[in-house]
Amino acid sequence: MVDRSSVLERRRSPLHALTEELEHGSGAGVQLHEVPFLAQIGLRVRPGSPSAAALEAALAGPLPAGVGQVTALPAGRSTLWLGPDEYLVLAPDERDGGLDPAALTAELVTALGELPGQVVDLSANRTTLELSGPHAQDVLDKSCRLDLDPQAFPVGHAVATLLESVGVIVWRTDVGTWRVMPRASFAVHVARWLLDGMREYR
Amino acid sequence: MTSRRLATGGLIGRDETIKFTLGSTTYAGFAGDTVASAALANGIARVGDSIYLRRPRGVMTCGVEEPNAFVRVEGGYGESMLPATTLELADDLQMTWEDGIGTLDQSVDDAEYDHMHVHTDVAIVGAGPAGLSAARAAVATGVRVTLLEQDFALGGSLLGRPGEQVEGRPAHEWVQQVRAELEAAPNCRILLRTSVFGSYDNNYLVALEKRTGHLTTEGMSRQRVWHLIVGRVVLATGSFERSLIFAGNDRPGVMLASAAQAYLGRFGVLVGERVVVFTTNDSAYPVAADLAAVGATVTVLDARPSAGCQLPPAVDVRFGMVVVETLGDEVVTGVRIASADGSDVVPQELECDLLAVSGGWSPNVSLHSQRQGALRWDERLVGFVPTAPVARQALAGAVLGTSWTEGCLSEGAAAGADEVSPVHAGERADRAGATADLWLVPGPHGDLATHFVDPQRDNTAADVVRAVGAGMRSVEHVKRYTSISTGLDQGKIGGVLTIGLLTQLLSAPDMAAVPAGQPGQVVGDGAEDGEVNEGGRATNASMRPSPGALGTTTFRAPFTPVAFVALAGRSRGQLYDPARLTPSHGRQVELGARFEDVGQWKRAWYFARHGEDMDAAVARECRAARENVAYMDATTLGKIEVRGADAATFLNRIYTNAFAKLAVGKQRYGVMCRPDGMVFDDGVTFRLADDRFVMTTTTGGAARVLEWLEEWSQTEWPDLDVWFTSVTEQWTTIAVVGPRSRQVVAALAPDLDVSKEGFEFMAFRDTTLASGIPARIARVTFSGELAFEINVSGWYGQSLWDDVSAAGESLGITPYGTETMHVLRAEKAYPIVGQDTDGTVTPQDLGMSWVVSTKKEFVGKRSYERASHNATGRKQLVSLLPLDTTLRLPEGSQVIEQAAAPEGPLDGPARMPIPMIGHVTSSYHSQAIGRSFALALVKDGRDRVGQQAVASFGGRFVPVEIGDAVVYDKEGTRRDG
Repeated sequence: MVDRSSVLERRRSPLHALTEELEHGSGAGVQLHEVPFLAQIGLRVRPGSPSAAALEAALAGPLPAGVGQVTALPAGRSTLWLGPDEYLVLAPDERDGGLDPAALTAELVTALGELPGQVVDLSANRTTLELSGPHAQDVLDKSCRLDLDPQAFPVGHAVATLLESVGVIVWRTDVGTWRVMPRASFAVHVARWLLDGMREYR
Repeated sequence: MTSRRLATGGLIGRDETIKFTLGSTTYAGFAGDTVASAALANGIARVGDSIYLRRPRGVMTCGVEEPNAFVRVEGGYGESMLPATTLELADDLQMTWEDGIGTLDQSVDDAEYDHMHVHTDVAIVGAGPAGLSAARAAVATGVRVTLLEQDFALGGSLLGRPGEQVEGRPAHEWVQQVRAELEAAPNCRILLRTSVFGSYDNNYLVALEKRTGHLTTEGMSRQRVWHLIVGRVVLATGSFERSLIFAGNDRPGVMLASAAQAYLGRFGVLVGERVVVFTTNDSAYPVAADLAAVGATVTVLDARPSAGCQLPPAVDVRFGMVVVETLGDEVVTGVRIASADGSDVVPQELECDLLAVSGGWSPNVSLHSQRQGALRWDERLVGFVPTAPVARQALAGAVLGTSWTEGCLSEGAAAGADEVSPVHAGERADRAGATADLWLVPGPHGDLATHFVDPQRDNTAADVVRAVGAGMRSVEHVKRYTSISTGLDQGKIGGVLTIGLLTQLLSAPDMAAVPAGQPGQVVGDGAEDGEVNEGGRATNASMRPSPGALGTTTFRAPFTPVAFVALAGRSRGQLYDPARLTPSHGRQVELGARFEDVGQWKRAWYFARHGEDMDAAVARECRAARENVAYMDATTLGKIEVRGADAATFLNRIYTNAFAKLAVGKQRYGVMCRPDGMVFDDGVTFRLADDRFVMTTTTGGAARVLEWLEEWSQTEWPDLDVWFTSVTEQWTTIAVVGPRSRQVVAALAPDLDVSKEGFEFMAFRDTTLASGIPARIARVTFSGELAFEINVSGWYGQSLWDDVSAAGESLGITPYGTETMHVLRAEKAYPIVGQDTDGTVTPQDLGMSWVVSTKKEFVGKRSYERASHNATGRKQLVSLLPLDTTLRLPEGSQVIEQAAAPEGPLDGPARMPIPMIGHVTSSYHSQAIGRSFALALVKDGRDRVGQQAVASFGGRFVPVEIGDAVVYDKEGTRRDG
């Protein structure tokens, strides 16, 4: 039996090779770094159904009710609304006290039981970039067509949208802090695209 | 040359000298100058020559409508056709005048351009008195306000009249005060040097900001395209002064009156000291007064019998007079004048060095009109004015014909606060006074050859006469017949002049014969103010159509020129298109992989070792896979997890073959078709549990298959309990292939029984690898060899690549790329959807009837009963073996019957047509059979197996033998190792 920490040692996040590049690209005006290895569990259930109730009970919090909404859950977890019957649960990295994504998935699969719906481990599907600083919104405005001003896009709001031509989730976690979540294969492109837009604000 | 700069006055910084070069001469200007104002200050009257006629030209305007003064800026990127009248003077600008046409710099423009997307509640276009007033009022309501001004200074028309009193203080002080208020407001963004060039539905504005040249931060773009989604748009876009059409009206020294005023008021440049002002309206009188006040000798020739305003002191005003011709060798030295009614038979001459012209005002309606906002011809204002704003827009100021500053302020304030304008419609015409309806002053020589209508295009009144003579009646036709309005200024100078001139030409006596429905036809009665584009009929009994009856040409974006490179923004070079990378991409780079693009994915194509070319590398990789062990990254295959009580039923309907009874722990290859029975995608599907599957798709088809599944689920079979989630990127997949692959997998997964009996073909197992990484290992093959596909979480993709490399090292495991994969699968006639199929190919055509169930219903099934699917002549997949075993047929080569091929070598085109019986879809050299081969779709191909045919490409005709599609290991003996 291989010990768990040596298994975790073997993980590589999509941007592991860009750590320095991200650091060099950051400055007082705007900073960018990867938040790797968040557990991400995809849920597909009809809202208001017994399936939804079962998952809400297991998550100890309601599923978000509409576009942009995020439910904050115990244990540092959140649920993002991605579609009328599609959600994404985010939970801390196992190294930061989170569960093994497989275990978290299994928990929710068990909760759903035979009911209609789907629970899928998507932890490696996307990675998370954190963009912060006084000019973070300016950098996003260069390639995101949504209204990102605070009255239209308050803290705690998250949507699936396009950054330039790439589908991402954009999540405002603080006034000047944004999470940008591209699919893993697009991560390098998205990071370089953001770094490019950051240069004038560094 | 004499300096024309006055010692005082203007809004320039006389303490900040700026050196610039025009041609080979270096000049000095001041901060706040444009290139045109600095040139004029240096006494430069003549700029580049005209485009076709090579006539000398001078600066004519003070803005974006300039038809003559264009420069090319040299530097890293030579930029052409920049109007000198809008180009901000900057240190060390190196320029040359251009003769009406630019030259494209062939070198790459390595400056940066970017985009910005913002939402704003109110956008105000134009920062003249109306726009500034609107911005101030809008800001006071607390909403988000964006003020866009194409100039590098705020103020609009006030810039040319800095001494005018506005709200009790000089105009330039008022502008600075409003600017300070707006800049202090947290809810206001001011964009200078920003031209709104496009206005689209939903109040979507697109604007170009010119940034560097005055700003030089690293990483800052040179130009920025702004995309604005706007709640309410206020158009305070002002108006353009019109010229007049008379002989020699293009001579250097002829300038719009308002431009002469602006060069004086804004830039402290007195363009001429002996000035003739030729006007049809009252707006030129303040110009005359300003010029006279600084010592110029001014004569006003007013085409009207009287003026509607007070006459300025110390100015010689002559009513009922017109300029019939300019005089001078090159620049204007005088004008020939005559009475407007033609009663003065002997024209007089007046000496002058500046002829300031005002032919009336045309509201700048371009952005309004781009949104299909209606226009009407106002007979009193003598201009096209908007009838009403478009939805969620307001208009304010001179764009409506409001010509006096106080009116602009109150109208702007109302527009900014979303209130009704306090300016009464009739008031605009009353305040503007009468404008003479003068469209053409006949010349003294009887011709119209120098009566310029569109100076940039060198189009004259004679060209318009010729167009009408050729039968053109519509403004749009005349535009295209002559090229008027097709220059860089897009009709800002020539558009309304042409329309006015047409009214005159179409009212000539010989126009009575114009066909019904055409402009110029006599009709009984008509409205005074014609609505635009209403049939183009003449509007009154005098047979003279009004400009309103003729209508305008269509206003389109861009309002001012935009470089393609700006529209491209940062999507250039490495950032042009996303490159999708797999977790082990870096490792493959280290191994010397050459990559190919598959959709947006970068896939290893082949791994060239030192000195190898592609053929050698592929041959080596093929041998390794067939004879030893090889591995490849198969991560890019689409993967979709399917779950639900009815998941099996759903898959059974989507795939042509049966899935209902697939056992848990087993996989099955499936083909899905469109309702027309043509192959749509294929792949292997795993059954994880009774209600849970993972489907794989082609790399390129992943997104479209997910949409396809959702579409059938949501719209056709909503009663089925089935759910889909893409897991393409959750998993990374490495294929380990070859007779010795079992040893590698055994080392990687010690807990797994990998024996032939213990791990049968098309089974899969969940296990934990020796590394501790959880994995799903499948026995499946895309080469016909014994093979395993190992799936792990993407987090462990690179680790798995390393572990496979290490586990196979002692065996000499070889990484291979997509080219080898293609060769191996082609030898086994495994089709690639999209390469061997093209949307017209059925599974039966591919020789895969075995994958089409006859017992169940599925998408596409009914189509197989159609005659076209059962008739002979369908193209079927076969192999082609060139008789020359070293010849690789180009993919796409045509296949023809032997008898159809021409005999002997061709020295010209073959006899046409030669009936085609098929085409090559895939073609390779095979290590396994030691020769070249191809896959082809050939009509009734399976009936032709064993026969010879001819492949044709590049003028060659080469003999080939048609064979069974599978060229290697027909019996399938190799898949178990």
